[in-house]
Order: sequence, then C-alpha cells, then structure tokens
Amino acid sequence: MSAVMIAKKITRKWEKLPGKNTFCCDGRVMMARQKGVFYLTLFLIVGTCSLFFAFECPYLAVHLSPAIPVFAIILFLFVIAMLLRTSFSDPGVLPRALPEEAAFIEMEIEAANGNVPAGQRPPPRIRNVQINNQIVKLKYCYTCKIFRPPRASHCSICDNCVDRFDHHCPWVGNCVGKRNYRYFYMFTLSLSLLTIYIFAFDIVHVVLRSVDSGFVNTLKETPGTVLEVVVCFFTLWSVVGLTGFHTYLISLNQTTNEDIKGSWSGKNRVQNPYSHKNILKNCCEVLCGPPYPSVLDRRGMIPEDSPALAPTDTPAASTAVNKSVNLVTQTTKTTAPLIPNEHTPDDAKPSIAALPEKSHSPKEEKPPSPGTPPKSPDPTPPKSPDPTPSKSPDTPSKSPDTPSKSPTDVKFPDGSKEMSQKL
Amino acid sequence: MATEFHNLQELRHSASLANKVFIQRDYTEGTICRFQTKFPSELESRIERSLFEDTVKTLNNYYAEAEKIGGQSYLEGCLACTTAYLIFLCMETRYEKVLKKISRYIQEQNEKIYAPRGLLITDPIDRGMRVIEISIYEDRGSSGSSSGSSSTTSSSGR
Repeated sequence: MSAVMIAKKITRKWEKLPGKNTFCCDGRVMMARQKGVFYLTLFLIVGTCSLFFAFECPYLAVHLSPAIPVFAIILFLFVIAMLLRTSFSDPGVLPRALPEEAAFIEMEIEAANGNVPAGQRPPPRIRNVQINNQIVKLKYCYTCKIFRPPRASHCSICDNCVDRFDHHCPWVGNCVGKRNYRYFYMFTLSLSLLTIYIFAFDIVHVVLRSVDSGFVNTLKETPGTVLEVVVCFFTLWSVVGLTGFHTYLISLNQTTNEDIKGSWSGKNRVQNPYSHKNILKNCCEVLCGPPYPSVLDRRGMIPEDSPALAPTDTPAASTAVNKSVNLVTQTTKTTAPLIPNEHTPDDAKPSIAALPEKSHSPKEEKPPSPGTPPKSPDPTPPKSPDPTPSKSPDTPSKSPDTPSKSPTDVKFPDGSKEMSQKL
Repeated sequence: MATEFHNLQELRHSASLANKVFIQRDYTEGTICRFQTKFPSELESRIERSLFEDTVKTLNNYYAEAEKIGGQSYLEGCLACTTAYLIFLCMETRYEKVLKKISRYIQEQNEKIYAPRGLLITDPIDRGMRVIEISIYEDRGSSGSSSGSSSTTSSSGR
C-alpha cells in the first residue's frame, strides 16, 4: 500500500546516441572507445615535463635565467590544453538520419534509379555535385542512412560520419574532423616546440654541468635527463614530421583522408575544389575560420514519451515513427527498403524485414576499382618503434572507402547484421 | 480546401502529421551551409512559392553570415588561440549568436506563415544541419483529403 515514488530520471541525448563513443561528465566530454593510447600520450607528456621541472629547471633557473622554467610551464600548459580540447570535443559528428529522413532519401534513390530488374545489382548510391567546376561524388552511408556531405567520411572505429574527416588519431583518443582540427594542429605544433625546447635545454644543462663535474658524474646526478633525452629524441622526429605534414596539408586545404586516397592528386585534371589557390587564405580558413558548433546536442533532454532516438519496442511509439513506417510500407512496394541494422528502431524492423530484401553492400560501399591506396600509415618516414615517446604519425582511420584489410569488414554484399559487427 | 490553423498550439493538438518534406543542402558553392531553394512539389498546394523561397534565402544568408571568413573571424580565432581557446568557455562565438538569430527567425516564420497553413519548419541544427524538415499537417477532421503527392494519408496517425 505504500505509494512508491519513482524519481523521474532525466535521460540526456548522449545516452541514446548510436556510435561507439564514450561520454563523460554527463555528455560534456566525448571520446572514442579505446583510450589506452591517449593515457599513454598524457603520461609521456606529463612525465617528461615533470622530470624536466625536477632536474633541469632548478639548475637552469639559477645558472641561466628564471625565464626558462616559466616559458616551459606556459608551453606545457598550452600543450595539455590543446590535447584535452582535441580529445574531448566533438570532431564534427553528423547525426544519423531519423527514420522519416531515411525513408525520404530511399524514395528519392528509388525514383532516380528507376526499375532494376530482379537479380541485378542496383547501381551504387552516388550523387554528383559540381563544386567549383569539379564533379564531386557524394557517397551514401548505409550506417547513417545519409548521403555524406563533401569531405565527410565514416570512421569505422567510432562508427560515425564525421564532417571534414581528417583521420582517427589513437594518440588523442578521438577522430580529427572539422571541429577539432585546429586544436589538433596547435597540439602537434606546440608539442614540437616543447620537445625541441626540452631537448635543447637538456643538452645545455648536461654541457654546463659537465664543465663543472664531468660528464659521467652529471649523468649520475641527474638521471632524469637521460630519460628525457631519449624520449625527446624519438618524439622529435615523429611529431615534428607530423606537424610539417599537416602544415603542408593546411596550405593546400586538404585532409589526411583526401591525401591518402589521392583525391586531388592531379591526375585526370582533378584539382582540389576547396582550395583558394593561395597558401595564406587556405591557412586562414582552416586555422582562423569560425569555430563550428556541435550538431549533436549531447546534453539535450529526451522527453519521456518520445523514443525517437532509442531503439525500443514500447507500444507507445510516436505516431511519427509509425507514420513513416506506414509510408515506407505503402510507397516502396517492391524495392530496396531501409536496411535494418542494430540501430533500426525495433518497431520499424518487422515491417521493414517484411519487404523483399535486396543485397546491398551493407554499410559502406566498396569502391569499384581496387586501385585505391591501402590504408597505410605514415606520411612521414616511419620512425622507431615503441619507446617512441609519443607520436609516430597517426594512422588514418580505416575509412571504409578504401579496400580495408580488416577481417571484420564485410567484403561482399551480405545480410546487414554481420556488417554491424565491428572491431 | 486547405485547412486553416490559427496557431502552433492548435496545430499540434488538432492536426495529425501527414508527411514530411526535406530540403537538402546545396553544395555547389562548397561545404558552406546552404540549402536548395527548389520548391518541392508536395508544398505546391500549401504555400506560395515566393514565401518559401524567401524563407530559405534568408536562412542561407544567415548561415553565410555565420560562416563568413573575414576580419572578425580572424580576430576571434587569433585572440582565442592566445588564450588556448579557453575564452570559448565563457564567450559566445559569432556562429552561436547567429544560430540563435536563426532559431528566433524560424520560430517567427512558423508562427506567422507556416502554422496557419498547416506546416512546420524544424530548425536545421536539430537535423545535423543536413536538411530543413518541413512537416505537413492535416486536420484530423478531414481524413480523406490528401495533401502530399506521395502520402497516402492512412487516415491520420492515430
């Protein structure tokens, strides 16, 4: 007989977002699922700088100038701020299409394709757009059910379409895209400066001390220096190289993804339609352009009666969802229905599954020509393996547009379920 | 013929959703945010072409203003960089200010022009800046009349 009062739990939108991100601080922080390498990055930076402040700074402040540690602290704080900003922000994720929008796009595709004879594979879902006298192909994303905007790409690690996708960086534990590219660049730039700074003053410190006490004694007195020099030496090559590479990309207004795929390599007279043909303008646009807002609305609240975002089989599904399913059932009688996958709302699944299935390439289409470059890592010369203190150049994400060698990617058109199995 | 609604409240309570039209992005000028001004056929009987085009053009102008790369955006960018972008935690960027203006504009357009005609515009930011979603409503009373060409109004969504 006791009236049990159930506290009304506020559900925020981030809790229901599809994709493989992890969220912290009630949706304020957004990262990829695998964060191990990010912690390593943080550890290396903080660790090396702590050693520098402990071993070198007292000596240098006294013998050379107190400005040295002060500047080091400022640079260190800037590096950490940029790292956290890159890692914690939304890279420019495009939200998936809601059912009505997905159905609308399907109808448009059907209308454009006309009737495909049974047994024949339907044409690939591509829209052509002319940008600055270049034909750019917009590809359809089977996971997000949208035609990707130009320069967007689907990150298979985070399972999201990201606008102006550059690459997925495990070192920062996040994708690098439109919204956080400038922070990523400032991070690599400032880290390069910090590394050079620490390395230089380590050498200075060892030299100065050796004059007084001899080389071997110096190393015994300040063992941290040895560690720092080793870390900085390896970091230097990789991070400075990476910074140089991204400076080159920025001056051409290209992304790592486009560079690796050779989208604007110049063959067949294909040129980059986004470039202003002026290095300064390109740099200004990428680094000093307006900071774009996140379109994800992580902290918005989901009203209790609307299951729009969540796959659920509550009978009280919103009328909108039912309506759209009815529309799909009635209007697309014979042809490609929405491909159900793990993200299809449960109440839409039965009616969709009832429609004749076509064998589409489940998630992302494979390019028709196998000639695309493999997802090879480094634009900079490959550096020494593990003791690398932080950054060997980032591996671009397994963008599904390249023939991926991952066993989890489905190579052939298949039932949609398998394709949803990810890493 | 076209059912008259008086305001947004009435629209939501006494009307049922018949169809949705999605105005797609126009990428001919690059990746800046711009929407196509092509008039969709589903709206032909619901609203005048000029009103619709005005709305979309005004929205396009707002977005162009937000994304304009010029003196002010450089200043904002450089200033923010010197503060390690911490200033964005307390300051509203120009883009965010324009987004608020857009939101107010859409609200006003809905109240004055679209709701009386049984239509409702959804702010593009709620759809990932990919589409302008226009919902077409039917009065629950008139179940037989269909407005959209592709919707077989399965007599009201229940």
